[in-house]
Amino acid sequence: MKSLVLVEHENGDLKDATLSAITAAAKLGEVHLLVAGDSVSGVAEAAAKIAGVGKVHVAEDAAYAHQLAENVAPVIAQLMGHHDAFVAPATTTGKNVAPRVAALLDVMQISDVIDVVDADTFVRPIYAGNAIATVKSSDAKKVLTVRGTAFEKAARDGGSGTIEVVSGSGDAGLSSFVGAEIAASERPELTSAKIIVSGGRALGSGEAFHQVIDPLADKLGAAVGASRAAVDAGYAPNDYQVGQTGKIVAPELYVAVGISGAIQHLAGMKDSKLIVAINKDEDAPIFQVADIGLVGDLFKLVPELTEKL
Amino acid sequence: MKLLVPVKRVIDYNVKPRVKADGTGVDLANVKMSMNPFDEIAVEEAIRLKEKGVATEIVVVSIGPAKAQETLRTALAMGADRAILVQTDDAVEPLAVAKILAKIAAEEQPGLVVLGKQAIDDDSNQTGQMLAALLGWAQGTFASKVEVSGDSVDVTREVDGGLETVKLKLPAIVTTDLRLNEPRYASLPNIMKAKSKPLATKSPADYAVDTTPRLTTLSVREPSKREAGVKVGSVDELIDRLRTTGVIG
Ligand SMILES: Cc1cc2nc3c(=O)[nH]c(=O)nc-3n(C[C@H](O)[C@H](O)[C@H](O)COP(=O)(O)OP(=O)(O)OC[C@H]3O[C@@H](n4cnc5c(N)ncnc54)[C@H](O)[C@@H]3O)c2cc1C
Ligand SMILES: Nc1ncnc2c1ncn2[C@@H]1O[C@H](COP(=O)(O)O)[C@@H](O)[C@H]1O
Repeated sequence: MKSLVLVEHENGDLKDATLSAITAAAKLGEVHLLVAGDSVSGVAEAAAKIAGVGKVHVAEDAAYAHQLAENVAPVIAQLMGHHDAFVAPATTTGKNVAPRVAALLDVMQISDVIDVVDADTFVRPIYAGNAIATVKSSDAKKVLTVRGTAFEKAARDGGSGTIEVVSGSGDAGLSSFVGAEIAASERPELTSAKIIVSGGRALGSGEAFHQVIDPLADKLGAAVGASRAAVDAGYAPNDYQVGQTGKIVAPELYVAVGISGAIQHLAGMKDSKLIVAINKDEDAPIFQVADIGLVGDLFKLVPELTEKL
Repeated sequence: MKLLVPVKRVIDYNVKPRVKADGTGVDLANVKMSMNPFDEIAVEEAIRLKEKGVATEIVVVSIGPAKAQETLRTALAMGADRAILVQTDDAVEPLAVAKILAKIAAEEQPGLVVLGKQAIDDDSNQTGQMLAALLGWAQGTFASKVEVSGDSVDVTREVDGGLETVKLKLPAIVTTDLRLNEPRYASLPNIMKAKSKPLATKSPADYAVDTTPRLTTLSVREPSKREAGVKVGSVDELIDRLRTTGVIG
């Protein structure tokens, strides 16, 4: 079997999410990549060096610069004439593009794959991770999105893929990029961080969120996350949200501060290696998944923890 | 401009789903069912577009069992004008849902189709994008802001790194994210009024769509449980434990 993996990249950097998708695709057989974008020769060269990669298809056009699904999906559909599976990381980019490809190919997509059993059989969480389904596809070609937390990252070196230029159809004339507000942060990225400190509604204000959560995260070299309640209340930006409908994370250490542990939040973090919860309510559901629980007032305990570390 | 809003009847988000003992699925007998939360947001957004004078009519559609009528009535009570139930007791996958919706869109000629970004039962996050592909329309997924002007719509999208805005040619597809709006509750008079709003019942065959599933569920199991942890009495004890596990130096 031959798979085509969509390379996720930003500002010339190939993103880690791609590496997990490559590991998943490698379970199916041969791995080819697609780099679509504007001035992406650097990304294509980096992609060709990834261990186990065969061919790297490069589609370069201003129309692909912002990964607009209307423009990129036809390129993928065209390449799928010579591939058996399309694999995308389950990032917002992958989730946006893959179903469009699936419909063009008349294939039922399998979302959020956490295990590849065989060429037709895949494992995925449903109902916010409260159930794990094993599904078998009868489609001739497969379209998958892959959860980064479920697969090791392929090594960034050791490969010697060949680069091949593809000419796509360019701008479909349906959509255009207007602008973006991408938060620049010195901290590690949430989905690949080893340690995450997350704050919930209990923080009470954006100011308190920064005053209490940030110093602890700085001490631990951690990324900062948040519950939906904290994001909704404006204490933290939307890209901090961890959960069923936010980011799925599985760091070595997850510290949940003032988060109750709603199933939608647990769906995004319960595969973390070690979970620490700080909450004043000893019956908070977060303690059912926490390895270490500390009951008390976060405004007292977190500064003390930060100080003593 | 007409708006089409697909709404799905799903397990209520406050209910903890239980896996059936025989491993065939999730137990939905006697479980509270509601409108998919993202679809409530889609209905709300449609109503706001109508209140602003951008939209003239809101048609809601659900593909599912007879009981999905309740979901449609809820949408009508919130403020939608008319409903279509595509009735079937079979489970219909996103690809087939998108095919039925494409046929309905061809009939109804909406300026925008507003869907939820994902159904909280299958967590697929596919239908809107598939529908966009089938119709050859633009798609604005995971929307936190929707602004229609003339023959285009600006959609602000919640992406991994933050926010992104795209301009889409109309007609287009929008899928909603949580922060787009806060859905209203239907008032009692509106619930009464909704009972007499038109609701047409159709079948997948009326749209000549084959809903045979492409995926077979081989098994459904509980996720692996975490071992019960310990509660510590102080910050010092917490730090000791963390040091022992080696996650911090
Ligand atoms: C469709 C849908 C999708 C959703 N997706 C997500 C998602 O992806 N991610 C997500 O997080 N949520 C999601 N939610 C929301 C979820 O249901 C909860 O509402 C949310 O997670 C609650 O956030 P919280 O724990 O911060 O707030 P709360 O539930 O209000 O909990 C606050 C906690 O702080 C504790 N506390 C208060 N004061 C203190 C103090 N001084 N010191 C210590 N502890 C204190 C309280 O005991 C309580 O346990 C979703 C909901 C829906 C309907
Ligand atoms: N059976 C259905 N009936 C009506 N709308 C649906 C149905 N299934 C999915 N949708 C719509 O598609 C969105 C995404 O669903 P999904 O792709 O299943 O995650 C939902 O939020 C609904 O707006």
